[in-house]
This record gives sequence, structure tokens and C-alpha cells, in this order.
Amino acid sequence: MTRFAADVVTLARKDLRLELRARDTLPAMLLFVVATLVVFHFAIPNSSSRLAANGLLWVAILFTALLGLGRAFVPEREHGVLDGLVLAPCDRSAIWLGKGLAALAFLALAEAVALPAFALFFWGVGGATLAGVALADVGICLVGSFVAAMSVASRARELLLPLLFLPLAVPIVIGGVGASVASGPGRYLAFLGLYDVVFAILCWASFEYVVTE
Amino acid sequence: MAASIVLVFFVVPNDADQGFSQRIFYFHVPIALTAYVCFGWGAWKALLHLWKRPPGADLESYVSIHHGVIFGALTLLTGSIWAKISWGHWWVWSENQLVLFLVLFLFYCAYFMLRFSVEDGPARANLCAVYALFGVVLIPVSFLAIRLAAHIIHPVVFTRHGPRVHGTMLLTFFVCWAAMLALFATLYHVELAGKRLDSRLRELRELLA
Amino acid sequence: MITARALTKRYGTKRVLRGLDFELEPGGFLVVTGPNGSGKTTLLRLCAGLAAPTSGTLDVSVDRGRLGFVGHEPLVYRELTALENLDLYGRLYRVPERRERIGMLLERFRLWDARSERVATLSRGMLQRLALCRAFLHEPDLYVLDEPFSGLDDAGAELLDRELAERRANGTFLVATHDPARLERLATARIAFA
Repeated sequence: MTRFAADVVTLARKDLRLELRARDTLPAMLLFVVATLVVFHFAIPNSSSRLAANGLLWVAILFTALLGLGRAFVPEREHGVLDGLVLAPCDRSAIWLGKGLAALAFLALAEAVALPAFALFFWGVGGATLAGVALADVGICLVGSFVAAMSVASRARELLLPLLFLPLAVPIVIGGVGASVASGPGRYLAFLGLYDVVFAILCWASFEYVVTE
Repeated sequence: MAASIVLVFFVVPNDADQGFSQRIFYFHVPIALTAYVCFGWGAWKALLHLWKRPPGADLESYVSIHHGVIFGALTLLTGSIWAKISWGHWWVWSENQLVLFLVLFLFYCAYFMLRFSVEDGPARANLCAVYALFGVVLIPVSFLAIRLAAHIIHPVVFTRHGPRVHGTMLLTFFVCWAAMLALFATLYHVELAGKRLDSRLRELRELLA
Repeated sequence: MITARALTKRYGTKRVLRGLDFELEPGGFLVVTGPNGSGKTTLLRLCAGLAAPTSGTLDVSVDRGRLGFVGHEPLVYRELTALENLDLYGRLYRVPERRERIGMLLERFRLWDARSERVATLSRGMLQRLALCRAFLHEPDLYVLDEPFSGLDDAGAELLDRELAERRANGTFLVATHDPARLERLATARIAFA
């Protein structure tokens, strides 16, 4: 168990280091999310509700995450490096989880900019929203990095990732928006937790088959 | 088999007694349930493929899901007709079943995109099998989510004049459902036989080459 | 160590391996030769576990941690340094005395001076030497090497000759090559692909 954790940490650190060197994905995500929020300001009419604005926050988060996830397995795709990781004696699921944790770090950093920007442009963000964002991020990154690995194998990578991911993300958006907007957010937060647990287990159990024949 | 299906289709409208909308219900719900069966069967075959690796499992999973998408499209179509008749709109978000189907329809369409963008081989079979399993897990999770969503998106609750099934209506419903399942089973075996024949031909051609 | 019976591999409609039978006993040195596209790479990838047979049986009796693989790609991250790459693999393979081992290998393959440079800046020969370091780092029992001499200049090839000779006694080898004469002294068996 600790070996698994150590492998996950090794791989996540590797991804963070790669991003530190390349410095392309994270700045792009930051810029994208702020630009998206600005577009939303012009896209929704003045008299629209707080609910609409909250919903748009979730759309911004989701698509920013997709931007980052699209780049997630690029280093492994180049020059077949994924083979090197698959050959290693570690549990293959560590590849998925390491990548997922790195993606989570990038998304959290992007949100550290996005949420204050949202509060500035639209309305303040409450505690329930933050909790919702945190739980949703976990789901987005775990499922997202899994699906990103799946789309590596295909010819139409960049196209396939959003197609595979968005239907799976619908429950996350529902949970997140519910947590932001409803009077009783507990139910939605619990649902997000459930989603995270269920899909984390499924991803962990089946990642082996995504990278091997 | 085909003859009995046709017979049932002609029998059903005769039994329905109140309102045209009720008759759509006899088609709509069995089609929806059959679609669930298709996805479930596809996921079962997918699990078998990953677990025990019988050589035909991937193809069986694919054919089953293929039919699931067809029945799913029909569900959306009949559901839309029903919505138009019941509430005057071609689409209603408050109809949980329909929304769930839309999400699943998108998911399984993506399954096809996945299947057609990966080279044939064990890698593709594995990816599709895993995705099929995700689909079947998504069904209850989405259902739960959409029910929760109803609270935030639709404060107005449509009172559904759902059919109160009893007696002959219940019998008709089950007959219809059995017919749909029989239709699926027939189509499934036909398509599977066709695809197996295809691959046999390919193998023979290769041996001769 | 490796036993294959009626091993077949198909990619789509193209059959690359047809009913191959062979055995590699522990301590053996099997050299595989043949023109490009004849199936050498496929065979080695199957033995390394990177692909699964279409039919037939392939039994490789070592687990992944005791197997060293060199393929056509060097399998290293371009944006990391040689040292960082080897450290990563060292951790994943749970190599004991990681730092010392890495240092020693980099020295033996004349990469010590370039250890802190990004892999993207290395020459073809240095890249191949780094790939060899990666494969040898964990002292595997089974070496699966796909054209290990490709890209190496004379000096590099001599380094590899020396390494192979030293590891010969404690390892089992499956090597695909275009230059079988070089390995003639070491080989115990040969397979020629048509």
C-alpha cells in the first residue's frame, strides 16, 4: 500500500517537474479561465439570475480542466515513454493516480485565480461553493485523467477526450451547481463525494486494462 | 419469431382504451427498458472480456451496445412524441427518464467514436470494454444526479398523468416489453452472426493469401 | 525462461508472427535476425509484456521488475535531465543504493558529464546509451534488447560490448540485431526471420 503511494508521489512529482520546465499548460489554463469569465459577462444578459452566473462558473471550470487534461499525457505519448512506465513493476493504476493528482494541482491553481475573478466580476463565493468545487475537482481530475489515457490510444485524441469526458461530467456539474445554489447543499456535497468514491474505485480497478493488451 | 412480434404490435392498439398518448407509453417504456437491458448485457460481456477473455466477448459487447444506442434513440424519439402530446413541448427537462437517456445516449455515442478511432486489436477491445463498464456505472449515478437536479432546476413540478396500469393494460404492457426484448434478441443474433461471418471470411482470405 | 508455442500475432489483417515455437533457457543468449518488418520487434515486445499474443502461448517466467527492455524508442522524458530520468526509473524499479548505481552507470556509459542536461539536447548516440542505462539500472535477470547497437558510434558500441560481456554470466538475453556477427561469441542460439 505504501509502495503504491510512493509510486504515485514519484509520478506526480515528475509531472509537476515537467510542467515547471515547460511552463505551458498552467499559464494557458489561467488565461483561459479568466478570458472565459469575461466572455460570460458579455454572454449573459444583465437581468439574469445569480443561478445562471453560478452555472457559468462550473462551465468555466469544466472547460479549463479539459484544456489541462488534453495536455496531460503528451509527454508520455511522445517517443512512446508510456511503454517505459508500463514496463515498470509498479501498479499501473499508479500512473493514473499520479497524473490525476498533478492535474488536480494545476486545476486548483487555476481556480485560485478563477474564484476571486468570479467574485470580482459576478457574485461572491460561499463556503458551500468552495466545498463543492473541491469535491468536484477530485472527480473531474480522476475521471479526466483516466479518459485522457484512453484517448491517447486513438487517432483522434484531442477530439475524443471531450466527447468521452462530458457525459461522465454531467453528474459532477449537477452536484456542483446544486452545492452552490441550493438552500440545502449537504445533499449535493454528499452526492459529489459518492461520485468521487464510486468512480475512483472503478478507475483504479480498470486502469490496468487501458494501458495493456 | 418475427411473425409473433408483428402480431403483438397489431394487438396492442386494440387493447388501449383511453387516449392516444397511452399507446405511446406502451412503446416508449418497453423500448427504454430494453435499451437498459442492451447496455447491461453489453457491460456484462465487457466484464467477461476483461476477466476471462473468451474470444467473442468483445464483439458481443459491441453489438449489444450498438442495439442499445438504437433503442436509446427510439426512446428519445417516442419520449419526445409523448412529451409533445402530454405537455405540448417536444422536450421537457422535468421528465427524468428522458434526461437520463439523453446523457446515456451521448455517452454511448462517444463509445462509437472511441471504437472507430482506435485500430482493431486487443487494445481497442480493452478500451471499449472499460468504457462499457463506466457506462453501466454511470446509469445509476446519473439517475441520482438528475433526481437531485430536479430540485434546483425545476421548482415547478409537472403532475404527470401517468397511466395507471391495471388489468389488461398491464398485460399489454408486459406483452409489449416481451416483444421488444424478443426484437432485441433477434437483431442481436442476426447482427452477431453477420459480423462473425465477416471475420471468418477475412480469416479465410488471409490464410489463402 | 521464455517458452513460446504456436505464437501468433496479428495486427488487424496483417499476420506478423505465425505459429512460432522456441525456448530460451536461463543463462541463454538468443539472437534474432531478419529484415525490417519481419517481426523481430513484435516478438520482443511480446516477450517484454508490451503486447499480447493473438493466439498460442508465451510464457515468460520473470516478473516485470527483473526484466530490462530496450526498444526502438529510448523511453525517456525529453524535458527532464538524464539524472532525473534515471532517478525516476530507479524509484519505480525500487533500485537499492539508487544514487550510487545511477552514478556508476552514467560513468560507465560516458554520460556523467551530460547528466544534468535536458535529454532533448543529447545526441542520438548519447540517447541510446541513456536507454541502455535505463534498461540496466535495476540489474535485470532477463534482457530484451531490440537493436541495441543502433545509433551508437564505434566507441559506444565498444562500451556496449563490454557491458554485455560482463553481464553475460548473470543474465539471460534475447537480442534482435542487424549485425549478428558482433554477437557471435556470446550467442547460444539463433532465430532468423524471413
